[in-house]
Amino acid sequence: MATLGRVSTPAAELVNASKRYGEVEAVRDVSFVIEPGEVVAMLGPNGAGKTTSISLMLGTRKPTSGTVRLFGLDPNDRRARSRIGVMLQESGVPGVLRVEEIVDLFRSYYPAPLPTAQAIEMAGLEEKARSLVKDLSGGQHQRLYFALAICGDPDALFLDEPTVGMDVEGRRRFLEEIDALATKGRTVVLTTHYLEEADQLARRVIVIDHGRVIADATPAAIKARVAGKRVTFSTAAPPEESQFAGLPLNSKQIEDHRVRLLTSEPEEVLRELFRRGVEIRDLEVAGADLEEAFVAMTHHGAEK
Amino acid sequence: MSVAAVRTGTAPLLPMLATQSYAEFVKLFRVPAFSVTSIVLPSMFFAFIGLGQAKEPLFPGSTVTFGAYFLASMALYGVANVMVLGFGISLANERGQKQDLLMKSTPLPAPVYFTAKALSALAIALISIVVLGLFAAIAGGVHLNASQLLTLGVRAMLCSIPFIGLGFALGYLAGPNSAPAVTNLIYLPTAFASGLFFPLRLLPNFLQNIAPYLPLYRAAHLVWDSVGAPTEGESISTDWLYIAGYTVAFFLLALWAYRRDQGKKFN
Repeated sequence: MATLGRVSTPAAELVNASKRYGEVEAVRDVSFVIEPGEVVAMLGPNGAGKTTSISLMLGTRKPTSGTVRLFGLDPNDRRARSRIGVMLQESGVPGVLRVEEIVDLFRSYYPAPLPTAQAIEMAGLEEKARSLVKDLSGGQHQRLYFALAICGDPDALFLDEPTVGMDVEGRRRFLEEIDALATKGRTVVLTTHYLEEADQLARRVIVIDHGRVIADATPAAIKARVAGKRVTFSTAAPPEESQFAGLPLNSKQIEDHRVRLLTSEPEEVLRELFRRGVEIRDLEVAGADLEEAFVAMTHHGAEK
Repeated sequence: MSVAAVRTGTAPLLPMLATQSYAEFVKLFRVPAFSVTSIVLPSMFFAFIGLGQAKEPLFPGSTVTFGAYFLASMALYGVANVMVLGFGISLANERGQKQDLLMKSTPLPAPVYFTAKALSALAIALISIVVLGLFAAIAGGVHLNASQLLTLGVRAMLCSIPFIGLGFALGYLAGPNSAPAVTNLIYLPTAFASGLFFPLRLLPNFLQNIAPYLPLYRAAHLVWDSVGAPTEGESISTDWLYIAGYTVAFFLLALWAYRRDQGKKFN
């Protein structure tokens, strides 16, 4: 028993793990170790294999090959499960229970849970404690799932798209709570579509694409991978495709009159645009952010 | 060591079972479509069919009243109804809402979850018997002695056990939308064919031939016997054997259905 509590045991570990659903290979030969106390964001486009990777760590899916350990144990071991809290996409909870009743219920699954009121407060649901679950809004549902994830006072949290559907205030509060848990040395593994969240919270980012880990580094290191600048401007007339032909661009997004370019040669690009007579307004040139890095990586830098 | 033990331990199972059972009871009780039909329907049928002739003898010269006989029928109908519909529909719904997904990631052991479900359904079944018994006594003047009441209650509850397995199996085999239809389609005709509403001799021949193999028919013998209206022919030990056999068969079916469902989702 004592060995389980040792600091050196990884919170979660995937060794050459693959998962195949029929013809689809959702996760291919993935290996990584998540140490206790790490805050890790898993990024990737839809269908990249993020949810499957989380499911493997939780034991709700078995790897087709390779091994998965949760606190050094089989993820289905009750001793391992007793140390984690989870938020899953698309999972349901009984609608006819009250918020405090279901938090109480989930607390009973764990050896040293938080007081019910504290879990509800951390999730920002104090005013809804006596409401039936089915009467909660979408964002409140998401907060409830957070309350259920933390009520067991777990060592590690696995959060799959946790802030989907939360309002601005809910998200702010949620991010604060995650930060506080991280400060207390808790392990947090989350998947997210909001790159700013990953940038703000995580000290490590694992980028998954087509079932493979294509990057595993700090947010800063991942940003640095994209040796480029973001050039943003508006145009007087709607921009035309021909105006950008032959420019050294890594990516290009055009919305109405607003143009976002990613390039490693911003001076050359701007010089050429001016020469072509494009009327440029509100020009901004900045270092690439995580989102650009992410887009560049998962699209392999290709430009359509 | 002791500090580490706290963080690496597991929660005690008995308080977990108690909390889970309460939650399962509340989940059933707060759904009127289920709780009202389970608790009121047997009494309503008793009012429609049993009240008018509650004090008449079951057959000319019998010491057992039709009221006592029909009370036993409806007690059985009620408890089995709770099991098949309670388990079947609520499990199918929970699967439909993917509640099992989140449950699966918690340290809650599956046997605790299912025991809690069974206990909560048994509690609703007990309420339905008590309500029916009170209604029959007050409105129909059906008075059984204490030993008859106790025997009827115990036998009805015991006979509900195979139906826990059946409801469980249906819950894992039927989809959330089809579950109410499927469970009713199976349960209602079986209740009729087992003679719970009308004596078997009034039913078509083919049903009379099937009836002896139905679990509710066997259970009916046991509850009728408990109010002093034994069925001629086979002894009640044969009926008990059938009930035991059906219990094993339905639970094996349930286990198979459960494994099949889990295999699809969690492999």
